Amino acid sequence: MDLELSDEQKLLADTVNDLLEKRYDPNARLRLLESEDGWSREMWRQYAELGLLGLTIEEQFGGAGMGITELNIVMEGIGAALVLEPFLATVVLGAGLVAAAGSAAQQAALLPGVAAGETLLAFAHTEAGSRWSLTDIASAAVPSGDAWTLTGEKIAVLGGNGADHLVVTARMPDGPLGLFLVDANSAGVTRNAYAMQDGLRGADVLFTDAPAVPLASGGDALATIEAVLDVAIAALCAEAVGAMDRMLWLTVDYLKTRVQFGHPIAVFQALQHRAADMYVSLEQARSMALVARLAVESDDVKQRRKFVRAAKLQVDLAARHVAHEAVQLHGGIGMTMEYPVGHYLKRTAVIARTFADAATLTELVGADGGIVPVS
Amino acid sequence: MDLALSKEDRAFAEEMRTFFTTEVPADIRDRLARGRHPTPEDVVTSQRILDDHGLAVPHWPVEWGGRDWTPLQRHLWSEEMTRAHVPHPIAFNTAMVGPVIATFGSQELKQRFLQKTASAEIWWAQGFSEPNAGSDLASLKTAAVRDGDDYVVNGQKTWTTYAQYGDWIFCLVRTDSTAQQQRGISFLLIDLRAAGVSVRPIHLIDGGYEVNEVFFDNVRVPADQLVGEENKGWTYAKFLLGNERTGNAGVGMIKNRIARIKRLGADVLERDALLRARLTRLEVEATALEMSVLRVLAREASLPAGVPDPVSSVLKLRGSELQQDASELLVDVLGPAALPYRESHTAADGFSAPPEGAVDAMPTYFNWRKASIYAGSNEVQRQIIAKAILKF
Repeated sequence: MDLELSDEQKLLADTVNDLLEKRYDPNARLRLLESEDGWSREMWRQYAELGLLGLTIEEQFGGAGMGITELNIVMEGIGAALVLEPFLATVVLGAGLVAAAGSAAQQAALLPGVAAGETLLAFAHTEAGSRWSLTDIASAAVPSGDAWTLTGEKIAVLGGNGADHLVVTARMPDGPLGLFLVDANSAGVTRNAYAMQDGLRGADVLFTDAPAVPLASGGDALATIEAVLDVAIAALCAEAVGAMDRMLWLTVDYLKTRVQFGHPIAVFQALQHRAADMYVSLEQARSMALVARLAVESDDVKQRRKFVRAAKLQVDLAARHVAHEAVQLHGGIGMTMEYPVGHYLKRTAVIARTFADAATLTELVGADGGIVPVS
Repeated sequence: MDLALSKEDRAFAEEMRTFFTTEVPADIRDRLARGRHPTPEDVVTSQRILDDHGLAVPHWPVEWGGRDWTPLQRHLWSEEMTRAHVPHPIAFNTAMVGPVIATFGSQELKQRFLQKTASAEIWWAQGFSEPNAGSDLASLKTAAVRDGDDYVVNGQKTWTTYAQYGDWIFCLVRTDSTAQQQRGISFLLIDLRAAGVSVRPIHLIDGGYEVNEVFFDNVRVPADQLVGEENKGWTYAKFLLGNERTGNAGVGMIKNRIARIKRLGADVLERDALLRARLTRLEVEATALEMSVLRVLAREASLPAGVPDPVSSVLKLRGSELQQDASELLVDVLGPAALPYRESHTAADGFSAPPEGAVDAMPTYFNWRKASIYAGSNEVQRQIIAKAILKF
């Protein structure tokens, strides 16, 4: 059993945390949040320089060829600082899908740009009627000669506002789910950009006979999408743990400094015990983020899916507990836009409803025998 | 958690599983699997078999029967034992008094007690709690006064588990009433059959009998039954409690209870989505707990023996809650069949036999409320987290 980080991995964590500590304090973040783009191109360049954007991209395409452990180290830092840049959308989802499904030529065309910080990607999948389903998709892809066109409406596309290329799910004529690359600036693509509830930027995207290119062979892409989403879910678990960790310690520090009734309110056992319970939730979530990481590395697809889902369920419920308590124990200040803790609540609330919610995850993990074998 | 285990770890677990399921009699394991308590004979039989194969006290010094195992191997040994429904060695012997004697006792005490403690030839009871010393253990009052070659002991212990089967009791006693609370306490070994010792049962809400009050009325205890130095008993007690970093999580027990819920409740769970959801969340949380245990074990290698890891409080706190949730969920899966109080599954003439679990589900649910009270109540655990980790 080896659960410890290597020296190189610790160095990566230090590098990420140093940068974010210096450049991403709550005030700087608030200014970004309220800016036109909602995130910082300058930070994006710095991520590229540090090799974070190419972290998981293969070396032949300009990346570092690292795995889920390194990715989760970065994601935990992103969660702790509430990073606004489209890392998940571009690096984890976009580049992840291109790497998993794209031809060598497609990878060579897109991935070096991602690693260099020049290309932004997004995954356009969810539709108004699809809820959390991966297969309940109405958007349709139609072949015309050698080319394809795509028609449909996608919602809540993370990073969809600024992406250069969209990776889009669409139904193919004979039924299977296809993955397509669409140039986001081509005719037939209309974007309605907005901020999500947590401040990250997104868009609804309307495709009207938009020119599209199948990723690789263009066969049924469901298994590939599932594999990439499992990585993304494991990454989200790490991000949520980073956010929960910061929420806990913000709260603990606040209790020690806020004076009422002549004492720091940290002297009150009622509050100490609630903070202790937050710590328990955090530790359990941290353990499951680790389970998700190990599961993603597993060759057994069924095991991988089950444990990744279980991890997200645990992390989502724990994050809800920690976030609600963090705001409550802060009192009024926790409700203000100017103070950071409420922003952590918002990010974790969105994470808890990204890719799947707790009810769905409970159903899915429970189906098919659950986790503990009967004998 | 196969995901986290190396090939060697898994092979070790498999080796343990094979031993437990082939060497310990099936009738004993079957009783436990069906929710019955092991009889005292079951416990002793099982511990003798383990001891004969050098598997009763792996965490002891090698010289006294221990194995040079890693914390993870010791954990797998314990988990596989639980999963195989093998009665564990008497904890008071192997987890508590044994390591204290082996670490702090005189050579004479080691030779006199350790082998018999490992083989369950002696059944030990624990004399820590008193009527007015529960969570605040250091306020204990039972006094041992030196008189020639003896101590004369007077006072009362309580919540003494299985004292009715016990041969000996290890006690925290006050040997200096003038010193500050923790400083005047000593660790004394007392023969439960000595004159002046009496044991009185405490009946619990589940209808069972597992704990006692133990009274000491001018009991003469030879002074060579003092462990270590006089007035150092608190240090030894802390060592004893600090050795228990992961066992209180009870992951194996929780898994056994979940497996049994699935086995006995398959039809109900198929129909009832809410029960199914409760079960799933319990399983997921148990998986998290198991990984939390493994994380503590991974860290344990770098901690000296007897030094508590405050993260252990997370394991005890959440572990006891999940054990309780599992015991309650079995009741809800059984439904009305769980309601009658029954001594056995035997049906009256002409009536059908009640389902498995009907005898034990509700009493176990009641009984297991103890898990958040004993071994440092969960409020004490929250306090440890608040002080040692959050630094309040």
